[in-house]
Amino acid sequence: MIKRIKKELVIVGGGPAGMSAAVAAYERGLRDILILERDNALGGILRQCIHNGFGLHRFGEELTGPEYAHRYIEKVLEYKIPYMLETMVTGIDKNRILTAQNCKEGIFEIEAGAIILAMGCRERPKGALNIAGTRPSGVYTAGTAQKYVNMKGYMPGKRVVILGSGDIGLIMARRMTLEGAKVECVCELMPYSGGLARNIEQCLNDFDIPLLLSHTVIEIHGKERVTGVTIAKVDENRRPIMDTARFIECDTLLLSCGLIPENELTRSAGITIDRVTNGAVVDGSRETDVKGIFACGNVLHVHDLVDYVSEEAEICACGAVDFIRGQAKGEADINIRTDGKVRYTVPRKLTEIKDTTLYFRVSDIFRDVRLTVKSADRVILSKKKQKLAPGEMETVTISADVIREIKNGEITVSLEA
Amino acid sequence: MCYNTDIKEFYYIRYIHVIFDLISIEVDIMHDICIIGAGVVGGCVARELMKYKLDVVIAEKMGDVAMGATKANSAIVHAGFDAKEGSLKAKLNVRGSKMMEEYCRELGVKYKNNGSLVLGFNDDDRETLNALMQRGIANGVEGLRVVDRDEVLKLEPNIGDEVVAALVAPTGGIVCPYELCMAAVGNAMDNGAELKLNFPVTRIEKTEKGYKVYSGDEFIEAEIVINCAGVYSDDVARMAGDSSFTVTPRRGEYILLDKEWGTLVSHTVFQCPSKMGKGILVTPTVDGNLLLGPTAEDISDKEDTSTTASGIETVKRMASRSVSGLNFGGTITSFTGLRATGSVGDFIINCKDGFVNCAGIESPGLSSAPAIAEYVRDLLIESGVRLTPRENHISKRKPLHAFRELSNDEKNEIIKEHPEYAHIICRCETISEGEILEAIRTNPKPHDLDGVKRRTRSGMGRCQGGFCAPYVVELLAKELGCDYQDITKFGGESYINIGKTKE
Amino acid sequence: MKERNLTCIVCPKGCQIKVLFDGEGKIKEVLGYTCKRGEEYAITECTHPRRTVTTTMKTAGGIVAVKTYGTVPKEDVFKVMDEINRTRITRDVKIGDVLIEDVAGTGVKVVATSEVQ
Repeated sequence: MIKRIKKELVIVGGGPAGMSAAVAAYERGLRDILILERDNALGGILRQCIHNGFGLHRFGEELTGPEYAHRYIEKVLEYKIPYMLETMVTGIDKNRILTAQNCKEGIFEIEAGAIILAMGCRERPKGALNIAGTRPSGVYTAGTAQKYVNMKGYMPGKRVVILGSGDIGLIMARRMTLEGAKVECVCELMPYSGGLARNIEQCLNDFDIPLLLSHTVIEIHGKERVTGVTIAKVDENRRPIMDTARFIECDTLLLSCGLIPENELTRSAGITIDRVTNGAVVDGSRETDVKGIFACGNVLHVHDLVDYVSEEAEICACGAVDFIRGQAKGEADINIRTDGKVRYTVPRKLTEIKDTTLYFRVSDIFRDVRLTVKSADRVILSKKKQKLAPGEMETVTISADVIREIKNGEITVSLEA
Repeated sequence: MCYNTDIKEFYYIRYIHVIFDLISIEVDIMHDICIIGAGVVGGCVARELMKYKLDVVIAEKMGDVAMGATKANSAIVHAGFDAKEGSLKAKLNVRGSKMMEEYCRELGVKYKNNGSLVLGFNDDDRETLNALMQRGIANGVEGLRVVDRDEVLKLEPNIGDEVVAALVAPTGGIVCPYELCMAAVGNAMDNGAELKLNFPVTRIEKTEKGYKVYSGDEFIEAEIVINCAGVYSDDVARMAGDSSFTVTPRRGEYILLDKEWGTLVSHTVFQCPSKMGKGILVTPTVDGNLLLGPTAEDISDKEDTSTTASGIETVKRMASRSVSGLNFGGTITSFTGLRATGSVGDFIINCKDGFVNCAGIESPGLSSAPAIAEYVRDLLIESGVRLTPRENHISKRKPLHAFRELSNDEKNEIIKEHPEYAHIICRCETISEGEILEAIRTNPKPHDLDGVKRRTRSGMGRCQGGFCAPYVVELLAKELGCDYQDITKFGGESYINIGKTKE
Repeated sequence: MKERNLTCIVCPKGCQIKVLFDGEGKIKEVLGYTCKRGEEYAITECTHPRRTVTTTMKTAGGIVAVKTYGTVPKEDVFKVMDEINRTRITRDVKIGDVLIEDVAGTGVKVVATSEVQ
């Protein structure tokens, strides 16, 4: 029989979400905590995000990724919160039994009072994009290239085209340029960028790197190593316009085409996944529809700022601690619907009567609209928004009074003229 | 090697040579057999011949085995109803298909007898299905029957709306072609065969004793040459003076879907065949993914494995006709394979003056490979080669995926001794450092990232190596004793990194 | 030049700032910023633009992430990179350690932002 241990709170993932949750749970008085991290150090993806721009909301100063992570690592160490490194969780069931493995313990099981899922997300790889052409070396997701450059100290290439204007792609455009590469251009399929405006300014414009909106890579060339790509403008249906096709010589193609929450474990536990976010469906305390299993950070929905990840992890930790202590929820039962312009909200359900902030993203660029929350046809809340963009996460807070009044039923979050 | 000395004096001289060989005073290295091409055919031939006391060297153009048609095909063990009655294809397909299960068990290769269906969309197709069934029966395929839509739905609930009938072939199966090839080559090597990688044959010279097979200035000398060079088998034959056939690469594009969709069908689902092949199929793979394809397009460039936007569209359109509910958002990758289509309409397997052709091995080449190997062995015997069984022949091979299939308790036993088996490197496919190291150290050894990927599945999952590649590169560099930046994706100039950042 | 449109890089909000100049090219007015730091950024950007540089530096055991402690003149960014690339650290490094006192004559320090990777 394989070894089984018991823990009150098990956190899967030692990145910013997992560490923030652990620290918050500790600060709420919980002691029997265990963080399971698959890499050889705490910090998650922040370890390779060596650029600055993290932590303005949280710490009121601009930190680099490793520095932001370090703030939490220090807390974890100070509180002596137990963690296991190079430990992979391979399964979770409905009864909160985790199967994990590492070199020291082998394969073992943990019976958890509550579980917080904080596995983060991964990048959409080349295969999923179905780009025609050859399959040479020199095609990387931006994050993989970031790992080679920032963690390993190696250069994946010298002449670069980037497909997708996600933030990691923009950051890597600057990073590769600083290390001596020539970035030819960034192609973005959509008519707007998926990255932050500041990153277009300081990562592209500073180095005269063109951002080609409504453009895509239609073919990859090169037998062994990439020798170039063919790019083309796309029409309003995102179909390439063939007479705009042109060849760009390069030895590297970086992809920054979206992030996908990593929810294989979530699925293995039978948790319902939201089709829009690709993360679990959760209530205000970030509890999933499997009792005692919570989720936060990029495994739940992809965040634009790590500051919000920490914020969400704290909400989640409070929920998990309350659950462990047997505090009942369910004084409300409200489902949240969206109109498509608002793509999703996290949470999707309200089960507690307290002020609750909804985090959401929109599907396109919208100017001068009213963010509207309705119950049946009654407008509960309406807020003017000058500009909303898909790349940026937005929030709206529903007051305890409103929730108490509606109690059971449905609310709709939409954008109206 | 032993020859029947009573045939000709010519063979007698060879016999003397073999005696010399045995008492190790032979100076120049004269091999018994040189196999050109380490694809699934070359691999199975090598494995078969190593059952006998023979000295075999395999010359492979690329930096790894299974790099041609073997790497990218439909991974199907065909039942054998397609090929024309009486053809070599028909005979070897049916025989190979019958051999496959046991063959894979010995080599530790994943095989599944999932059965296949050929779908009919109208009355014309119904006729074709009946004709296929008759042909199959003539070929010796067992258990064939044509069924109506209702019955098809019972077998495959997600079948397309237009389907009216289907031919059911219960003996059809699936196998991983490159795994089969690696295992066959590995087993041959376990029995003493030599594998020479990065040895593109450029010239073949007939000598008194046999042949000199050149790659640039380097050569391998062997008494018998077996041409298993896939799409290049016509070029290789021509080097030895045989211009009796040509081989045209037929491009086939495929889409591979995530394991989430791997159970959409359980059978291999074909459409009615045309003269360009068996049409677009939808099939689960032995690793649990769903494979769609191939297109069929004759091309001239034997290296052109690029995918095209139109090809991928065709696959999507045609596959959606067979199976409803396909979700192309679940695409893991798309790829192109080249079948070696011979000019003769059948497999070209013959032997003359110690030069054996295994050419034009298009579909059902994979299904036939074990039978082709036997056939080649028999050709050698017919031509006068006397084969003596190898003593201490190793027939089995420990599969690289052995660890994965153990129970947790069994795994823990191994982890106690070798903790690296608990350290997960590829998170999507749950592959440990121990399994990767084992693959790097097992014949035929990989030298690049894709080689490790094909052996372990590390990097084959949803993230396509985004997370694990930097670690696998590190393990490879350490094991091969080279620098991090020397590691390639698949040999040649396919470098992953081009230098250090701070130099 | 009568006016210049900027995207503020001080925080993730990325405010659109408009800077108006008088006839002599002096800044007359700054519009569109939403915080004090944004206004300062706009003025600096139009007079002597500055950037923080983040990169890695070679150490005995591998590489370490570093940043300029404060901003350096934008035109000196590659000079700063050059000096960082040429510098080798042979001692142990902790987060916050000063690795270069005055990089490329800018008067700005370079500090470690990670442990050795």
